[in-house]
Amino acid sequence: MNAALAPPPSAPPPAETPTHYLNANYGFRSWMFTLDHKRIALLYLASITLFFFIGGFYAVMLRLELVTPAGDLMSAENYNKSFTMHGVMMVFFFLIPSIPAVLGNFLIPLMIGARDLAFPRLNLLSWYIYMAGGMLTLYAMVAGGVDTGWTMYTPYSTTYSNSHVMVMAVGIFINGFSSILTGLNFIVTIHKMRAPGLTWFRLPLFVWAHYATSVIQVLGTPVIAITILLVALERGFGFGFFDPKLGGDPILFQHLFWFYSHPAVYIMILPSMGVVSELVTCFSRKKVFGYKFIAMSSVAIAVFGFLVWGHHMFVSGQSIYAGMIFSFLSFLVGIPSAIKVFNWTATMYKGSISYHTPMLYVFGFIGLFTIGGLTGLIVANLGLDVHLHDTYFIVAHFHYIMVGGAVMGYLGGIHFWWPKITGRLYPEGWARFSALVLFVGFNLTFFPQFLVGYLGMPRRYHAYPEEFQVFNVMSSAGASILGLGYLIPMIYLTWSWRYGKLAPPNPWGAKGLEWTTPSPPTTFNFEETPVVTEEAYAYAQEQETEESH
Amino acid sequence: MSDHAAHAPGLAHQFDDLDQQLDATTLGMWLFLAQEIMFFGGLFAAYAIYRSHYPEAFAAASHHLDIRLGGFNTVVLIFSSLTMALGVRAAQMGKNKTVFNYLLVTFMLGNLFLVVKAFEYHHKYVEGLIPGPWFSAHGATDPAVQMFFCLYFAMTGMHALHMVVGGGLLIYFMVQARRERYHAHYFGPIEIMGLYWHFVDIVWIFLFPLLYLLGLHQ
Repeated sequence: MNAALAPPPSAPPPAETPTHYLNANYGFRSWMFTLDHKRIALLYLASITLFFFIGGFYAVMLRLELVTPAGDLMSAENYNKSFTMHGVMMVFFFLIPSIPAVLGNFLIPLMIGARDLAFPRLNLLSWYIYMAGGMLTLYAMVAGGVDTGWTMYTPYSTTYSNSHVMVMAVGIFINGFSSILTGLNFIVTIHKMRAPGLTWFRLPLFVWAHYATSVIQVLGTPVIAITILLVALERGFGFGFFDPKLGGDPILFQHLFWFYSHPAVYIMILPSMGVVSELVTCFSRKKVFGYKFIAMSSVAIAVFGFLVWGHHMFVSGQSIYAGMIFSFLSFLVGIPSAIKVFNWTATMYKGSISYHTPMLYVFGFIGLFTIGGLTGLIVANLGLDVHLHDTYFIVAHFHYIMVGGAVMGYLGGIHFWWPKITGRLYPEGWARFSALVLFVGFNLTFFPQFLVGYLGMPRRYHAYPEEFQVFNVMSSAGASILGLGYLIPMIYLTWSWRYGKLAPPNPWGAKGLEWTTPSPPTTFNFEETPVVTEEAYAYAQEQETEESH
Repeated sequence: MSDHAAHAPGLAHQFDDLDQQLDATTLGMWLFLAQEIMFFGGLFAAYAIYRSHYPEAFAAASHHLDIRLGGFNTVVLIFSSLTMALGVRAAQMGKNKTVFNYLLVTFMLGNLFLVVKAFEYHHKYVEGLIPGPWFSAHGATDPAVQMFFCLYFAMTGMHALHMVVGGGLLIYFMVQARRERYHAHYFGPIEIMGLYWHFVDIVWIFLFPLLYLLGLHQ
């Protein structure tokens, strides 16, 4: 959550300051042409924070409009453009790259004892691709906006919309390759660059989660790319892939779109689950419960994730039999998800829990993800979904997963590894306070949306009947608190980058190779390639040896 | 960076040795090809769906394609795969000059393919088979005939674009071979180039029967 890219400009470092990746060299070029995975992670950190606040600005506009039942602040068209830009910015330019491109980029080589990712140039290229896609999408925004929704459904997007659909679609198309290249880089790195002794089942669960995520990125993202290309051919040249007049089928677009865009949800949540697995063991001072089950459930979620896309299409003309199968498969995703939640709680059981900020985010994650997951079972139900489809119930459900789950995990991870990234400690009091503000604000924003959605308020309209106003006012009030909860960390993290207390190499007493490096690490991470001799999270063993002495 | 790493030519700093580097880059290329399969997969899925919806129209439409030109191009591509494979073999033996020659032949064959393809596209243009507002296939009232050509141009166009990219890469590697970059322990880039080239050929091996041959006997 920090926009400050440059290291503290305390000109020539004092003689005793050791050289690390931030002060190894200075200047604009040293960042723009860096091949260091840690610096590229910081480039991503700055840019996704920018896109997060742009997406957040649109969320503020939406919530302002919805305070009153009448559509008085924005025209229907501008409202459509606002929720489109909110969705596109948050999904493609914040959530999908958030944890992998920032924390994954920074930590995976450190966690596996490597000097860098397998392909550092590709890594830098993926950031440039990401920025190119982002800038193009921003251009579509300032040139007049897009009103198709982030889903770009045909035939509206191909035939009827007069907004800048193609510019935005090309932006998303380009951005997709950044995601593919990041995933490819991670898979190769995890396969080929592990330190001696670091077997697959000794890997931190964060790495397992990123492995599963990367598989989705590599296999899913190209499908949205070809889909956008077909939309472009239809919109630009009159090819009728999705046009019934020419024998095409609009439902095919939805199949192709959701084949990527449903697994994309798991691109957002799986890394967050990886973060939670790290945090929960560290702050329970206990070995994780059921290591292999957590690791394999990540893989299972990635696999099942590819088989459930049809649950977005229960009411859009898909055959009822297909709907039944997709409904059943969607329920299956609940199993690996529940395995994770149970294992995290079992890890806490009889652990010595400390309530540092990252752990508060873990509590937030587990609670909110559970609500989001359980309501997911409700909407995976073929019959119930007919009633709930396209209502605020859906909006609330996926925000519990994407914000309550993914963003909580992201913030928890940022706090946990902040000392490693910056070499500084963040102010614990403010951090705890803002975690609490976020939790309250989030629930006040989105819980009323479950209720108002169940009562029948549809998504994507700027006006609504008066009886829904009380819920919407609650939701908008919650959104202001939530916004505050994002601003506070932005401020104190930026502050701590320069003024925070210097961090020791391992402030949490955590396990993992990344904590054996200095804070911040040197450019090539390890003086000598480490040799791993124990399993991940060997906290209990440490206690035993301490007791035996 | 350990000392021996700094001395091996062609070894990037993040790898311990050339073997690890070759393993990693080869796996990276395979993953890239997996991504390519999913990319083309979207087109093949669309083809499968519309072919099963409109079997007669697709069979009729495929008669507009010139099987001789398509067949000739298939042979050209298979032969270019052979020269590519020979180029990889030469790289493994460190014969930079031979590498250059084989890559040049591969490059020429790829261009031959593209020239033939351009003639085919031109025929379609003359016959009014370009989809969109100008589509005017005589006697074809069924809109699905046009769908066939939508798919034909999207699939072969995407394939041709990959050929063009491959051609650019071949030029780059020819320059590298001229500079004597490859030797018995460092030939990874050519091997990976080979993987890409074979992949693009294999896509055509699927496109040719699906577009040109299926339904021809009807």
